[in-house]
Amino acid sequence: MSESFTKGMARNIYYGGSVFFFLIFLALTFHTVKEMPKRDNRENITEAVERGKHLWEKNNCIGCHTLIGEGAYFAPELANVYDRRGGGSEEGFKAFLNGWMKAQPLNIPGRRQMPNFHLTDQEIDDLAEFLKWTSELDDNNWPPNIEG
Amino acid sequence: MNTLKYQSQAVAKPYFIFAMILFVGQILFGLIMGLQYVMGDFLGGLIPFNVARMVHTNLLIVWLLFGFMGAAYYLIPEEAETELYSPKLAIALFWIFAAAGVLTILGYLLVPYSTLADITFNELWPTMGREFLEQPTITKIGIVVVALGFLFNLGMTILKGRKTAINMVMMTGLIGLAVFFLFAFYNPTNLALDKYFWWFVVHLWVEGVWELIMGAILAYVLIKVTGVDREVIEKWLYVIIAMALISGILGTGHHFYWLMTPEYWQWVGSIFSALEPLPFFAMVLYAFNMVNRRRREHPNKAATLWALGTAVMSFLGAGVWGFLHTLSFVNYYTHGSQITAAHGHMAFYGAYAMIVMTIMSYAMPKLRGIGEANCNKAQVIEMWGFWLMTVAMVFITLFLTGAGILQVWLQRIPESGEALSFMATQDKLEIFYWLREIAGVIFLLGLISYLASFFITEKKTA
Repeated sequence: MSESFTKGMARNIYYGGSVFFFLIFLALTFHTVKEMPKRDNRENITEAVERGKHLWEKNNCIGCHTLIGEGAYFAPELANVYDRRGGGSEEGFKAFLNGWMKAQPLNIPGRRQMPNFHLTDQEIDDLAEFLKWTSELDDNNWPPNIEG
Repeated sequence: MNTLKYQSQAVAKPYFIFAMILFVGQILFGLIMGLQYVMGDFLGGLIPFNVARMVHTNLLIVWLLFGFMGAAYYLIPEEAETELYSPKLAIALFWIFAAAGVLTILGYLLVPYSTLADITFNELWPTMGREFLEQPTITKIGIVVVALGFLFNLGMTILKGRKTAINMVMMTGLIGLAVFFLFAFYNPTNLALDKYFWWFVVHLWVEGVWELIMGAILAYVLIKVTGVDREVIEKWLYVIIAMALISGILGTGHHFYWLMTPEYWQWVGSIFSALEPLPFFAMVLYAFNMVNRRRREHPNKAATLWALGTAVMSFLGAGVWGFLHTLSFVNYYTHGSQITAAHGHMAFYGAYAMIVMTIMSYAMPKLRGIGEANCNKAQVIEMWGFWLMTVAMVFITLFLTGAGILQVWLQRIPESGEALSFMATQDKLEIFYWLREIAGVIFLLGLISYLASFFITEKKTA
């Protein structure tokens, strides 16, 4: 590096640049949070959805699955499982999820095993409500197709 | 033989040793998960995949934190030219952090996660069950307490001593680490907000303040092993971390493409994260430049190898493999695929695992009273460890990248109705997963070789 470019100049670029871009980041964050209600349907977050999110967290679902692409890559994407497995109706999805959760573990030799989490019917219903609400989020049209 | 400049630097030793114990655990659980990818029911009832993954990733984070803390306790007193403010506090915090870490991991392994949530009163302040932040809330509070004590101890040390650029950058990085961790306590019901601010911990750690820590450690080791003038090295350090933060802060946008966020993040994230490889490229130029301009032949060849290695591997893993899927129109297809896993593995190994092993390689012979360097034989075994682990990680990354490309091709690119399902796709990727597991076993052999080098104590002839 050129001798005329001193350590002091490098330090000023570091401090100035970091502060400048951090302030822009904060401004964009402020704007994003303001815009978010247009996309997250927060008026539809019922108590069942809230309980469902806690169940999702309490059973560490993210340890195998992804939710909008974030999580582990061992098991299917679940942000759109409502659309994929619901057959177009809430009743259809709830029936599917209830049957699915109760059938675990499938015990098919060699197949990846999902544990049985021993959820009650009410809890499975809450989880379904959470997944339904999640499927309706406007996430800029991800994933590219129904398979997630 | 006492070879420490300041006696209190010795507190770094238990931190480094414990980091290595956790590292072994991390790799063993990685191998279990790798096998579950191809033999789905392997240990299924005993260690479900989600538990193994939580142990694998949490052990990684915690051993890196132990490594960073050890590095800070070692280099900050020497840079400040004074003894550590309180060695007793450092040792007490070591035991608190180690106990909290072990108890948390045992909690993951011994009881179902939902039971762990209940017995740690998660419902009072729910923070569990989010990727990488799975720790019980009480453990998270413990981490904050340890971090505060740690920062206080180092802050007081720097205040009474010399304030070098390396110390200031290291300290800024560590303070940033503690501050951004506080977002782990924010878990709103609204998933849109939850996901957005979750990245304030995850991205602003690994693509932000951790790069300051890495830069400071690398600069310290390069000064020691090359003898190049501090002014030159510190100038490079500032340039590199300036580039890291200028690209990395708005680069956070590459995680916001598919959240409940305005479209402009696709532009902001793509442009700034495309610049994120630059600081890593500069690090490669700088490390090789400094070693070529060295003014002394340091007897610790292994430490120099690690310093060059971490620069190259972080450029490949974080820089090149990050760039591969960072542009929004590419990421639309690759998001949350095995491409992400490939990048994650090489980036964490290249940047953070290797920087911890760099400072350990330099500091451990001194901490153990051996001298400037281990004997030649021990260094050869250590370098075998370096090459086996590094080459194995290159292959792990290549196999996961192969799996990821095929996954995108089969599952993501075709239209709905024609695309293969997730599980059907996974079956097609089996060969890549087997090869990855074999590379993982080689990695373990490398780790064993690396650890074995600590037990070779032939007297140095020179």
